[in-house]
This record gives sequence, structure tokens and C-alpha cells, in this order.
Amino acid sequence: MSSYSITEPSVRQKWIAGILVVGYAILTLIPLIWIIATGFKTPSDAIAYPPKVLFSPSLEGYVNLFTSRTRLAPEDLAALGEPTTWYDRIVRGYDMVITGPSRYGERFMNSVVIGFGSTFLSVFLGTIAAYAFSRFKVPLKDDLLFFILSTRMMPPIAVAIPIFLMYRELGLNDTQLGMILLYTAVNLSLSVWLLKGFIDEIPVEYEEAALIDGYTRFQAFYKVVLPQAATGIASTAIFCLIFAWNEYAFAALLTSGTAQTAPPFIPTIIGAGGKDWPAVAAGATLFLVPIMVFTILLRKHLLRGITFGAVRK
Amino acid sequence: MMSDPVVHRVAAATPPRLAHRIRGLSDRTIAWLFVAPTIFLLLAVNIFPLIWTIRLSLTNFRTNRPNNEVEFVGIENYRRILTDEDTWTSLQATAHFLIWTILLQVLIGFALAYLINKKFRGNDLWTTLIVLPMMLSPAVVGNFWTFLYQPQIGLFNYFVQFLTGADPASFSMIGEVRLAPWSIVIVDTWMWTPFVMLICLAGLRSIPASLYEAAECDRASKWRQFWTITIPMALPFLMLAVLFRGIENFKMFDLVVQLTGGGPGSTTLLTSIDLKREAFEKWRTGYASAYAVILFVTVFGLASIYVKALNKVKDR
Amino acid sequence: MNARLLATSASLAIFVGATAAKAEDLTLCWAAWDPANALIELSKEYEAESGNKMTYEFVPWTNFADRMLNELNSGGKLCDLMIGDSQWIGGAAENGQYVKLNDFFDANGISMDAFIPATVTGYSEWPKNTPNYWSLPAFGDVVGWTYRKDWFARPEIQAEFKEKFGRDLGVPATYAELMDIATFFDEREIDGKTVYGASIYTERGSEGITMGAMNTLYGFGFKYDNPEKPYEMEGFVNSEGSVAGLEFYKALYDCCTPPGSSNSYMGEGVDAFKSGQVALQMNFAFTWPGFHTDANVGGDVTGYFPNPAGPNGDKFAQLGGQGISVVAASDKQDAALTYIKWFAQPDVQAKWWSLGGYSALRAVVEDPGFATSQPYAQTFLDSMAIVKDFWAEPAYATLLQASQQRFHDYVVAGNGTAKEALDGLVADWTETFEEEGKY
Repeated sequence: MSSYSITEPSVRQKWIAGILVVGYAILTLIPLIWIIATGFKTPSDAIAYPPKVLFSPSLEGYVNLFTSRTRLAPEDLAALGEPTTWYDRIVRGYDMVITGPSRYGERFMNSVVIGFGSTFLSVFLGTIAAYAFSRFKVPLKDDLLFFILSTRMMPPIAVAIPIFLMYRELGLNDTQLGMILLYTAVNLSLSVWLLKGFIDEIPVEYEEAALIDGYTRFQAFYKVVLPQAATGIASTAIFCLIFAWNEYAFAALLTSGTAQTAPPFIPTIIGAGGKDWPAVAAGATLFLVPIMVFTILLRKHLLRGITFGAVRK
Repeated sequence: MMSDPVVHRVAAATPPRLAHRIRGLSDRTIAWLFVAPTIFLLLAVNIFPLIWTIRLSLTNFRTNRPNNEVEFVGIENYRRILTDEDTWTSLQATAHFLIWTILLQVLIGFALAYLINKKFRGNDLWTTLIVLPMMLSPAVVGNFWTFLYQPQIGLFNYFVQFLTGADPASFSMIGEVRLAPWSIVIVDTWMWTPFVMLICLAGLRSIPASLYEAAECDRASKWRQFWTITIPMALPFLMLAVLFRGIENFKMFDLVVQLTGGGPGSTTLLTSIDLKREAFEKWRTGYASAYAVILFVTVFGLASIYVKALNKVKDR
Repeated sequence: MNARLLATSASLAIFVGATAAKAEDLTLCWAAWDPANALIELSKEYEAESGNKMTYEFVPWTNFADRMLNELNSGGKLCDLMIGDSQWIGGAAENGQYVKLNDFFDANGISMDAFIPATVTGYSEWPKNTPNYWSLPAFGDVVGWTYRKDWFARPEIQAEFKEKFGRDLGVPATYAELMDIATFFDEREIDGKTVYGASIYTERGSEGITMGAMNTLYGFGFKYDNPEKPYEMEGFVNSEGSVAGLEFYKALYDCCTPPGSSNSYMGEGVDAFKSGQVALQMNFAFTWPGFHTDANVGGDVTGYFPNPAGPNGDKFAQLGGQGISVVAASDKQDAALTYIKWFAQPDVQAKWWSLGGYSALRAVVEDPGFATSQPYAQTFLDSMAIVKDFWAEPAYATLLQASQQRFHDYVVAGNGTAKEALDGLVADWTETFEEEGKY
């Protein structure tokens, strides 16, 4: 970083800037805080008007998120005897009993499997392709690179039509493998471009030295380049993961019962009759908080990665 | 695109002196081995579908009618789309959404970057907090915003009441024709301003301090410095941010489909949502494929023109 | 080829079914709603009897058609049994997505005469009014109204209503009366809370506003096509009566719905009624058992009435409900058929009703004790007697999209006139049928 001498902002300027930025940050965080807070409300508190800022916390939203319940007639309920657990007690308060776990756990696990699976694949393929583009003479290199980038301009819905048909023929509809391959392909453009940038920065002399020492290309790549590119690979991985984690359009169109991920599922959580907002908020919280924590912990790499393409060119 | 000096160096360095030392595969083989899977996957999941889409777009094929005969209809689908009023309505809705989100995000994003660049204490942490919304799932967050927008129980109308005194039960952001287009602009701006901010920040930080120092020596006012140094130097970055947001918002689907579902009426029926209805609800596959091709050509064409303009600005 | 294949597999299934095959894991797909939970309860008996294990895939209504039609069209094997919406039957039958059940019914002594005729036509037949059956009527449903009996009974409210309209406050016999009641209650203070007139369907994304507006359209004289000449819609879909019906629906939306009702369907209606926000509520009959047992509006607080009459005395109600079908792509068709066989038994159907499932079996609903078994039972019977259904054509989704857009554009967004909306609808629908080669 260059240090400013005469151009260093004055203390007063810093204060004003700080107050404005902090003010904006607080405003922008309110919806997120509200999601987390709503998850701990009771359904009636959640839809109270005016909205309740202070409320006594409840785990009802989380209980409803993880269970499916059914209403029983009072005589059947009485026949069941006293509820044995705290969550039974909550549900019993609505004349209902828990009939089993909800689908949320499976959907969340699908998100984990598809998210990490596709991230691994796209980073793996992206790294080797980026290495080749960075170090070797590849015919039509610029065209290929531009082709890779241009695949990101397609609206997902536009690609979804033939993919839907193709997957139907191949039996990949509604499978984890189908989604992993799809997300890998979508992420590849980003991962190749980001990683090529990182690998370009690694001085080629290291490899030359290794080659002279008798390493093969593979060994040089594996033992010299990869360790050097580790940070770059890590931040690329985070980007790929965030995309796969958050993706909605493909997931909504190509998955249903088996491989459905959490984003298309969470908006469809309903309670008895209307929408169960605390359960929706609880589902959203569990799904969003890992990414929030990730972002805060890894902020240095993440923020660098976002601006990377821009800064390089 | 410029060629890479590194490659030339390796190319120059590798063949004669080292070739004999490399046991196993030649560089050429490795290069192909490394690039092939990526190219293959992209061909299979992007290019092959694109070609298929173009082929389908010339037929009357319907996915939900496997038994119907598929007829070749030439450019009939294209003609129908381009003469259909609904297409233009949804393009207008998309244009409104694009223009306003970009304008707001650039203004707010640049202002924030400018303020953060004053390097007050803790700016690092606050930047991260501001960035949070853009990291989250648009569908999940968009869905929750319908709750925030509900007239009586949602937070947003009370916020408006706090600012203007309007009765929170008197208006509905996603239910009224005059407000719904703004409801999606607001959420998208909330979500993606940080992205523009980060790119602008990178731009501001790339300006050498020496330029300002020289200006100070010339006694140029801060205002003048802002217009003659800061803005021109940051412009390529700003334009890049506009390009990214433009492409993304032209494709916009998840956030808006969860927020308004295209309603009320067709007020916020962006092209992607319209396309989804044609393709996966009406199942007019051929027609929808033609629509998809038109959209892709539009975004590709606009982006290419824009990139040319961008390069001119950069070369200046 | 398809038809023969289906017939063979169906007849094959009968033999296999009769000799109780090995235990299977069957997946049943339906909407996520109260009746689905009742079905889980009911099916425990089947699981015990057959040794087959039931798993369920329930999808909320607003995504139901989207997800399940996607599943059928993609040839997915997720669902063995599908309780699909009545309007899907044409497409599912013509594209061979459901197994034809005629042979199976014959072999097992299941007669369609045993079910309410409207449900057989609505849920099972394709083409309509021909003895080709693709499902067994599983859940009878129809649009009707609930009202706040307790508010209607208050002397001060009754007095004020009588003074204003010159008649007693009671269940409306005509749509005009319904409008009076809705305007009367709208923005009224009751027990310190502002309440509103009526909750009606306005949902945009799936089928909501069509399922709502069709009720007033039918009542005011709407017809789908020329009875003499099928698929000729000019002058029927956009007749004067239809225009008046759509205008009435918009008037009801503008005057009497609670704030933020621009995208309401069944769930939102339930919420509005249960939270005491509205005096009247339009909803499918499936919601009624839930009101009857609700802590706030349960027991005598809620009353029920079928759709009132239009200006010419026409009384019609939009049909809901579903039949249960076997998915042709499933590998377990034989086991799935044993479920239908079990489900069709009269004692199972009787239990189905007692759990809150609207049985369509005549033996159940024509039982002398039926009408008084629940406070809403008579209203259900009255409503089922006046049903009409939306197009069940293979092109149903396209037809529905058009009405969703036209209705929402006019009723909620306030664009254009009712006449323009219906003229546009005629154009859209005609275009669709032209594409289908039917007009």
C-alpha cells in the first residue's frame, strides 16, 4: 500500500466517513438480523402487528423446521399421555403430535454433498486447465479462454431446457451426480479465470529450477506450483462453494424429491394452513449463517478474489 | 487480449535444453490432458445444449407431448416472439430493473467505496459486514423479503412510516403496480451494492498517491482533484462493475421470482421469468428455445459492444 | 404402442397384486396440506396389512403443479402413486404418464358408479364423459365460503345491517348480497381490531386467481365454449355475463380484501380467517375441518355456505380435488395398484372421511348420518352438486397461464377493462387450441 503524505484524510473526514459507513452497514444488516430473530419467535409473535422487536425467545420455529406434525382429535391426544420431551410439549400445545422428521435435513445434506462435490471438481479441473493455459502454448488460447468466459453469460433458464431433455435421456434428472456436473460446469469459467491469475503470478523460475533438478512436469506442478497457489485455490474454492450453495434456478427445475437442495426447499416450508415464518426463518438461518461466518473469517481472501479479475485487467 | 510473457519464456526455456530431461509426457500432451476435461465439460453442458436449443427453436416441439409429431417451423417462433406484445412488456420491465439497479448501485457503491477509502479505524470489519448480503442465497433471502414487505406485519412499511409518516397498512410494496417494480429494485440494490463497492474500492486504491500529491502542489482544489483524478482513474473499474451487474441482472431470476413471481399482473415479469413460464409451465419448448436464443444473442451483443467501449476508455 | 403396453402392465398387475408380491417401498406424491397428514394416518393400516412401506413426497400448493408436472414430463421415478390435480388428467392420459385403470377396476370389482358422478368426470375420465379411467377419485374438493357466525349473531351488528340494507344479516343467497355483507364488514372495528370484508384468491404464480375468479364468472354466466360447437369461445368466455362476473370479482378485491392481499391463495386465506381479519372467506372445502377445530375460530364461531347465485340464479362452484393414479414410469406399478385397491374399500373410505379426508364414495356421503356428521358436511354436499371444472385438456397449463395473467392483470394490477381481459383470454385460448389442432 502506498502511504499518503499530504493527501492523508483529516481526522474530521475520517469520522464523517466512518459514521456514514457504519450507518449504512447497520441499515443493511437489519434484514439479516430480522431473519435470525424471526427464527426464535413463536408463529403468533412473528405475524404480530406492529412487528415485535422484543419478544420472549422460543424454539418453536426450529422444532417445526425439523419435524412433520399432524393434528389429533382431543380424545386421541388424551390417550397418548403426557409428552416426554420439550419439543413434544411445544407441539402438543397446538393439539398436534410429531409424526417424524421433516425433509429439511435431507435437503441440507444434498446442499452439502452437491456444494462440496462440485467445488472439488471445478477447482480440480480449473487448476489443471489454468496451469496449462498459464504455462503452455495452447492453440487458440485466447479464443478458448474467451469461450470459457462467455459460457457465464447464458441465462440459466435458457440452458436449462436442453439440459432438462438431456438429463431426462441420461437419467441424470434429480440426481446428486447430475447437479454436481452441472454446477461444476457453471463454476469452471470462474475457476479457470481466477486460478490462471493466481498461477500467472507464481514466478516461472521455480519450475525451471525444479525441472533442471530432474523433476518431471507433473512433479514440478505437483510439488512446486500447487503449494504456491494454495491460497488462490482456497479462495477460488470458496467462491465456487458459495455459488453452488446459493444456486436456485437449476435446482428448482432439475431436482425434486431426491436431490433437491435447500434453496428451492426453504421457501416452500409451510405450517398448518398458512406460512410458518419462524420455521422458514429458522431454515434460512441455518443455511445462511455458515456463509456469513465464512465471509467474516476469510474476508481477506474473499474480498481480494471478488476484485481480482477487475484489478488484473 | 494480450499474450502472456510467461508462456514465451517457458516456451523459449523448455524445448531444447530440458526436453530430454523430462521423463514421461511431453508438454504438449500435458497441456491437452489438462485442458481437455474442462473443454469437454463445457462443450457437453454449455455448447451442446446451446446448439440443441437453436435446433429446437426451429421446431414446434413440446416436452410434455412426447407423442406429438415434431415439425420444422423455420423462423416462425422467432417471428411470433418478436411480434408478441408480451415480449416487449417483459423487456421493458427488465430494462426498468436494469437501469435503476445499476444507477443506484453505482451511486451508492461508489460513495461507500469513497468513504471507506478514507481509511477510518475499523473500516476493514465494516466493509466485511456490508458485503454480507451479496454472499447469501438470493432465493432464500428474496423469499424472506416478501415477509418484510407485508403491509401490516412486515418491517419495511414501518421503516417507511418512520421516514415519511405513511400508514403502514396503506400500501403494499409487492402488491401494487406502481410500487412493485421498485420493490425488486430495492432488494437487488440492497444485495448487490457491496459488489459495486468492492470493485470501486479496488479502483480507488489503484490510484497512485503521487497524482494527488502533484495536484496538491499545483493547488488544485479537492473538488477539482475529485473530478480530474479520482473519477477518470476509477472509471474503467466503474464500467466493469456496470458490465458485471448488467449481465447478472439481465439474467435475473431467483430473487425476483421469489419476491413477486412476476406480479402484480405482469408488472415485474422479467424476461427470465417469462422464459421459465414458457419453457417449464406452458412447456412450449420450441417457442421457449427461440426466446432463449434471442435473449442470449441480446446479452452477448450488448456485452460485446460495451466491452469495446470499455477498452477504449482503458486505452485512453 | 403405449396403450397396449399400459393395458398389459395393468392386467399383469392384477395377477401379481392378487398374490401379494414382496414388500415394496411405495412413494406417494401429493400436495402438502392437512389432508395429506390425514392420509399418512390412514395409510398406516395399509402398511400393516400389505407389508409395503409408504413414503411421501408432499409439495406446497403453489409449487405443486410446477414440481409434479416437471416430474411426470421428465419421466421421473420418484412417485409410484400420484394424487394429481384434476386438470392434469388430459395431459397425463394422452402422454401415457398415468396407467389406465379400466382393466384393474373390472378385475377387482371397483365400479365408478359407486363414486359421486361429478368426481368421476372431474378426476378420472379422459376424454371427458367416456368410460376411460385414469384415476380413482381420492379427495373431493370444491370452493365454498366460511363466515364469522359469531359476528353475524351480534345484536348491534344485526341491527345496523338491517338499518342499512333493509334485510336481516344472514348467509348470502346471491352475489349481490355477498357484496353487501363484505362492504358492511370492511374496515369495521370489532373488539378493538380493524377487520375486513372478505378474503379471496388472488395468487399469481400457480392457479390461485383463476380458481377464485372462475366462481363469480360461472355464477354470472361464463361458459368455456359453445355447447353446440366445442372450442368456439367467442361470445361465451367473453359474454356480457362473464364480463360482469369478472368486474364483480375485481370490485370485491378492491373494496373488501385485507391489505396485502395481492397474492393470496389457500394458505393466506386460512391465515386471514383464523387471525380474525375477515368476516367472509373463499376457500376450498379441505380447509374447513381445520377451522372447526381451531382455537380461535373453532366450533360455533365459523359457519359455512356454498357459492351464492348470480344475477340469473346460476349457481356454480369451482371444482378442486384429485384422483389417485399410478405413474406409468414407476417400476412398482403392481404394488401401487394394491394401494388403490385397498383405498377403494368402503370402510377405508368411511375412515378417510372421519379423519378429515373428503371421500368421494357415494356409500359414505349418501349415508343418512353424513350431512349432520360435521357442521360443514351439508355445505360440502351442496357445493359438490354445483361443480364445474377448468379445462382438463392436455394444454391445461398453457390455458391456465393465460387466465392467470389476464385475470391478475385486470383484477389486481387494474390494467384495462374486464371486457379487454376476457377478449384477450379468448384470443390466447383460441391460439392454444389452434396449436393443438382442436379449433
